[in-house]
Amino acid sequence: MIATAGLSVRLGEREVLSGVDLLVRRGEWLAVIGPNGAGKSTLLKAVMGLVAHRGDVRVDERPSATLKPRARARLVAYAPQAPELPPGMTVFDYALLGRTPYISYLGRESRHDREVTGAVLERLDLGSFAARRVGELSGGERQRVVLARALAQEAPVLLLDEPTTALDLGHQQQVLELVDRLRRADGLTVVTTLHDLTLAGQYADTLLLLAAGRAAASGEPGQVLTEALVGTHFGAHVKIEPGPDGRPVVHLVRGGP
Amino acid sequence: MPVTPPEAPVRSARPARTPADRARRALWIVAALVVLAISLVLGLLDGAAEISPWQVVLQALDWLPFVHADSGLAPIEQGLLWELRLPRVLMAAIVGGLLAIAGAGYQGVFRNPLADPYLLGAAAGAGLTTTLVIVLLPAPTVSIPIAAFVGALGGVFLAYLLGNTAGRDGGTATLVLAGVAVTSFLTAIQTFIQQFKVEELQRIYSWILGDVGGGWDRFWLVLPYAVVSSVVLLLHGRMLDVLSVGDDEATALGVRASRVRLAVLLAASLATAAAVAVSGLIGFVGIVVPHVVRRLAGGSYRSVLPLSLIGGGAFLVLADLLARTVIAPAELPIGVVTMFVGAPFFVVVLRMTKGTAT
Repeated sequence: MIATAGLSVRLGEREVLSGVDLLVRRGEWLAVIGPNGAGKSTLLKAVMGLVAHRGDVRVDERPSATLKPRARARLVAYAPQAPELPPGMTVFDYALLGRTPYISYLGRESRHDREVTGAVLERLDLGSFAARRVGELSGGERQRVVLARALAQEAPVLLLDEPTTALDLGHQQQVLELVDRLRRADGLTVVTTLHDLTLAGQYADTLLLLAAGRAAASGEPGQVLTEALVGTHFGAHVKIEPGPDGRPVVHLVRGGP
Repeated sequence: MPVTPPEAPVRSARPARTPADRARRALWIVAALVVLAISLVLGLLDGAAEISPWQVVLQALDWLPFVHADSGLAPIEQGLLWELRLPRVLMAAIVGGLLAIAGAGYQGVFRNPLADPYLLGAAAGAGLTTTLVIVLLPAPTVSIPIAAFVGALGGVFLAYLLGNTAGRDGGTATLVLAGVAVTSFLTAIQTFIQQFKVEELQRIYSWILGDVGGGWDRFWLVLPYAVVSSVVLLLHGRMLDVLSVGDDEATALGVRASRVRLAVLLAASLATAAAVAVSGLIGFVGIVVPHVVRRLAGGSYRSVLPLSLIGGGAFLVLADLLARTVIAPAELPIGVVTMFVGAPFFVVVLRMTKGTAT
């Protein structure tokens, strides 16, 4: 569904990404992990066409560069790490922005657009929030509202940059469970960057470990989350054990590297 | 972790509620129109001759096509209302509406609630070119709006260029600072020109301080620009809402942000130019009215734009009423009134904004 070949991004003097190959199949969940500054967010932005890049990006078998903005927006929905929520806007109006790719430049939302948005809000248990202003929401609620906007876009691919930032443990789980549930129900393809390695291993089908702009490893969680790889690329001393479901669980070991 | 069983698609689970905000939006517009109508009647009412509010309402109805109402006014009173007060009051409404909606448009483009025709160099640019035209041409009336438009655009683009070169990542703050620099610079040139031409000083000063008089001629002069710019701005309400989530997300939603910016900038500058061309520099309308509107009716540009247009009209009609009555029979320049009312009011709004989570 998403494929890149030799994807490179240069920001100013710095080569932020170099030669990243990536393949995400339909319905799959890929988590991009890596230390700070490894280029995780830039990778998502490059796939979205938000930063200038070299190399090939394909979305649904089509070269991303040839897609018109609206056509691309119908294929891929994107939520940045720190989404901007205009404080005075209501939750409903904010989620309704997700319908933008289906509305002509000076057009208005159709009844269908409002229905889709309403249904998405109900689905995320945000129905009673519709008239609330987004500036009044808590961190967990904000994250769900951003997700609602992305879902209202009805795109088969969801790119989420650090969807669990600034959330407590329970809300992190809630958001990722929700993404997983939606993915299974609608057959969505999901690409997230995730800071928390254990969470990434729990939820994603495949992991991509970025380090200094290069793909250091990729594959199933058990193949990527090894003590050697994490030790090398994160500079961390960790112990990794299989959890109850066989997926790897990463523990920090006191007394660092 | 247990895997949640796939759920049946929920898309059709419940019919979507059509939320109340569309009805609320319509209600606010009706309320604003009522306020505007009341201020128009008040504006028509004031003056030397004794006319009752009811007679004004009847007379106003009588002016409408296909409506006949007997106001019982003598022809001379009717003439006074029609020739002097009505164009003045309507002009105040149009100019106020234009300045307010232009302010709202700039605020949307630059995602900065402090953006304003006066802070961005638009008004100063229009002021400079208009002064040039007054000084250089013998009978400048018709060319003033065009000169003002060129000046307003020039001012904004200067600010935009300067803001961009000063720092690409500086964002909206850099732009407003650049606008302030451009404004000071253009105002300096304008002052230089007007001092250079001392014999025109009186005319330029009375224009700079703001004036909504001038009868039907000026009203018809400004109307086409007012209609075009307002319609374009009103049509962009949804797009400005999309821009308000930031450029990256707007792009991810399939919107070419730069194209929206350009269209709104052109329309807001045309609105500013039209207002400045017929009535001089009237400050604070473009910043106070959209602020108040946002606090009352929410931040969506689909409410902010139309409500600013209507509310700005009401605001300036009332300001003009004050200007005519405070030191009657003499008149204050209307720009003095808006600054006098607007500045303290603006401080209050700022303090209120600080107190709440915005």
